[in-house]
Amino acid sequence: MTDLPTDLTRATAAVLAEALASKTISSVELTQAHLDRIEAVDGAVHAYLHVDHEGALAAARGIDDRRSSREALGVLAGVPIAVKDVMATRGLPTTCGSKMLEGWIPPYDATVVTKLREAGLPILGKTNMDEFAMGSSTEHSAYGPSHNPWDLERIPGGSGGGSSSVLASFQSPLATGTDTGGSIRQPAAVTATVGTKPTYGGVSRYGLVALASSLDQAGPCGRTVLDTALLHAVMGGHDPMDSTSIDAPVPAVVEAARRADVKGLRIGVVKELGGEGYQAGVRSRFEESVQLLVDLGAEVVEVSCPNFEYALAAYYLILPSEASSNLAKFDAMRYGMRVLPEGVDAPSAEQVMSATRDAGFGPEVKRRIILGTYALSSGYYDAYYGSAQKVRTLIAQDFDAAFGQVDVLVSPTAPTTAFKLGDKLDDPMAMYLNDIATIPANLAGVPGMSLPSGLAEEDGLPVGFQILAPAMQDDRLYAVGAALEGALTDRWGGPILDGIPDLPSAGAAGSSNAKGA
Amino acid sequence: MTTTHQADAVVDYDEALSRFDPVMGLEVHVELHTNTKMFCGCPTEFGAEPNSQVCPVCLGLPGALPVVNEKAVESAIRIGLALNCEIASWCRFARKNYFYPDMPKNFQTSQYDEPIAFEGYLDVDVDDGSGGTEVFRVEIERAHMEEDTGKSLHIGGATGRIHGADHSLVDYNRAGIPLIEIVTKPLVGAGARAPEVAKAYVAALRELLRALDVSDVKMEQGSMRCDANVSLRAKTGEPTSAEQLAVPLGTRTETKNVNSLRSVERAIRYEISRHAAVLDSGRSILQETRHWHEDTGVTTSGRVKSDADDYRYFPEPDLVPVAPSRELVEALAATLPEPPAERRKRLQNDWGYSDLEMRDVYNAGAAELIEQTVAAGASPAAARKWWLGEPSRRANEEATDLVSYAAGIGFTPATVAELDSLVRSGRLNDSMAREVLSGVLAGEGGPTAVADAKGLELKQDDGALEAAVDVVIAANPDVAAKISDGKVAAAGALIGQVMKAMKGQADAGKARELILAKLQ
Ligand SMILES: [Zn+2]
Repeated sequence: MTDLPTDLTRATAAVLAEALASKTISSVELTQAHLDRIEAVDGAVHAYLHVDHEGALAAARGIDDRRSSREALGVLAGVPIAVKDVMATRGLPTTCGSKMLEGWIPPYDATVVTKLREAGLPILGKTNMDEFAMGSSTEHSAYGPSHNPWDLERIPGGSGGGSSSVLASFQSPLATGTDTGGSIRQPAAVTATVGTKPTYGGVSRYGLVALASSLDQAGPCGRTVLDTALLHAVMGGHDPMDSTSIDAPVPAVVEAARRADVKGLRIGVVKELGGEGYQAGVRSRFEESVQLLVDLGAEVVEVSCPNFEYALAAYYLILPSEASSNLAKFDAMRYGMRVLPEGVDAPSAEQVMSATRDAGFGPEVKRRIILGTYALSSGYYDAYYGSAQKVRTLIAQDFDAAFGQVDVLVSPTAPTTAFKLGDKLDDPMAMYLNDIATIPANLAGVPGMSLPSGLAEEDGLPVGFQILAPAMQDDRLYAVGAALEGALTDRWGGPILDGIPDLPSAGAAGSSNAKGA
Repeated sequence: MTTTHQADAVVDYDEALSRFDPVMGLEVHVELHTNTKMFCGCPTEFGAEPNSQVCPVCLGLPGALPVVNEKAVESAIRIGLALNCEIASWCRFARKNYFYPDMPKNFQTSQYDEPIAFEGYLDVDVDDGSGGTEVFRVEIERAHMEEDTGKSLHIGGATGRIHGADHSLVDYNRAGIPLIEIVTKPLVGAGARAPEVAKAYVAALRELLRALDVSDVKMEQGSMRCDANVSLRAKTGEPTSAEQLAVPLGTRTETKNVNSLRSVERAIRYEISRHAAVLDSGRSILQETRHWHEDTGVTTSGRVKSDADDYRYFPEPDLVPVAPSRELVEALAATLPEPPAERRKRLQNDWGYSDLEMRDVYNAGAAELIEQTVAAGASPAAARKWWLGEPSRRANEEATDLVSYAAGIGFTPATVAELDSLVRSGRLNDSMAREVLSGVLAGEGGPTAVADAKGLELKQDDGALEAAVDVVIAANPDVAAKISDGKVAAAGALIGQVMKAMKGQADAGKARELILAKLQ
């Protein structure tokens, strides 16, 4: 195994887990190193919305104690993690990047969080995100955007840009994400990190503040394919609290990542997810990775999924429809923000509700609530929501047909590298197009992964490579991903993330990076 | 508290029926008495400390997810089967979206176009107009599963209603309790008997649900709630004539808060009279919800319902479809109690009641009470007499139903059987027993204790009775002769005089025996 680096924050979770198991390091030492790193760089990155120094150290101490008393512990016990702020954490603020939930402390843990705690991962804090996971840049966070550690002027992807920038700036070795249309994979792509959207139902949704229930899926984020697999194994599995959770064992993702083998595998390049509209450097890095897979012994063919063309349109009807209903609960009655309307004596519940929703939701959230409310209205339902569901069926059929021919599908994760903060904020359509390659997997419920495939020649920024597999075959993502990661490490002379520039320390650049209005 | 309402004009009921044909639709909500709520593990006990039976799921906290209560699904299927419905082999829940403070998620998880049960019927007995009984078939459109809302309590103000209240409190204990909504098709052809049919239907449904043991069906506690839709159309012939049935339906109103059997009948009767007055005046009926006021016996206008009411239903993405297997449905069918119509026939036969007597028993909701009373040793005739007498009258007076009234004061079938045994043993005669009953209903104790306390006991001195009989026979030679000729019915006149002479402190049965023995 790789040697433990002097700077513990640079190590992979797999290496740290071994060092902890052999008591070369303690979890307190490791957790403290990350808290120090957060202190030094997060002023510039703004990846965390909340850092739990005491809680993280207490959990680390607990794990160290249990290890001293020779208790059997999970593989990742003692390795700290950052949790996306969409997941309910008992006793820790959970805002979803919204003013609406400012100050809300959930009385319960999401199932995923329970699993993390049971597996002994100290929670460093909660990561930034677009408000209620609506966005591809974190610019829709009510608490300000996170910055891409590759270039602080650029977006770290979204909605999980907090988690991706935490990883790329070494503020945590692992993070959680949720992916409704690409919110794990696209941030991974633009920061040269790894992220997986598991099969729908593979990881519990209980305790995830819902965006679009039929699309949302929690998943693991890491800096390597193996780290991501280790976290996937902890997060996954059946949950009786989630009716849509699949009652089957987690696919053997860790074994697949260690096997890292594509010999004889049939890989399909999706014709519709590439070409026009994709940045030149994205295309060349993608083609190069495909060639590496061929060199490793895979058989590559082109596959057509003709209905993917309608995926974005269907997605932007289904998502807002479900979101408009899911977000109805934010009514100032029981928790979160409460705003009294101005100039109204003894306002009614309805007036308080209305004033609160007006003040508490940002423009993107309002846009989608309005879209969804419209699409579900009687007289429009069949034309919008109904048609979108039909498209969804067609897309699932495209996947079925494709997986009849090949074992996995591949494409670039996102059409471009990270764009500049503010560039697409006023153009929702341009923002939505970021997810064009990731959305089909959510519509069909199949698993997908993004891993770095190098840097684009024209801007020196990371490019993501997407792998898609049939439902409950998540292990294939890891076999292919790890094999490609190995070949790319050879090709680039080390992990692609090693090329990241050093960050200014201790918040020196904090204010200068604030984006212009 | 009494409230005054702007009185609406009404037309005399019979007059209304001479010009209009009423059509009804009944929606009954039934709370299932499962141990846990519809989508979470919270208990469902009635009357617990406010907000003590809640969790992230039924409070709709961000991130919480529902999981279907299998027991509730089974109850829904059993109700569907008992109502002769088809059971869906695959159906989904749907979200009904609207904002209300007592609804934690601001949508109600319900069923929309895919109910668990559909296309059934329930036969109810009604008066055939000439003292007999005939069957009216109430067609059931659907029975579907949903969750109850929380309960708002409006504090301050005079009426307990939201208008004029200072503030409101919400208790979420009820939020998420499983509900079954049973919806009839438009009930046509009932004519003037419409209110009676409605009452008989709700009574029969309650009987059925009680027999299924799926709900407490306590209307006064809200575990069974009825909304009554009423519309009128021009009368063109007999209620069931083809000519009449072809007339298009009028605009309907939906009367809420109809929470006793008696109210069902009264509220529908009132709405028919009110609709007739509106239509007579040349105005049209506003499609709206109406509130029934038990105290004043009128309905008042609630929310105007329009076609713009849009709940934006869509399939609930947080729940997988419900797909009961054939085997499960068959297994549940095997657990159904005796079908109500057969049961009724059997009971009538066992008890020897006439059609009319049996209908009165059912309309009073007393069948089960009588069954238990007979099981406790009373004669069927006595059981019917006591239950349909004073207790029914008082239940009516208190605007509740007999079962609830009796349960409320601890008046049980065993109490009635005890009363009957005191009569049969000869300790009490009929008028004494009535006095004892009043005492029991007033909470003075059980029948024996009350009789003891009041010193009620028939004189067991047969000598005094015999002497009185002799005096009365001697004073009425004509009547005595008739009895001697075999006209036994004439004995009644003599019995009355004997009882009068004894100041009521005698057993009329014994007096009759003595008279007959002496004269035959
Ligand atoms: Zn609950």
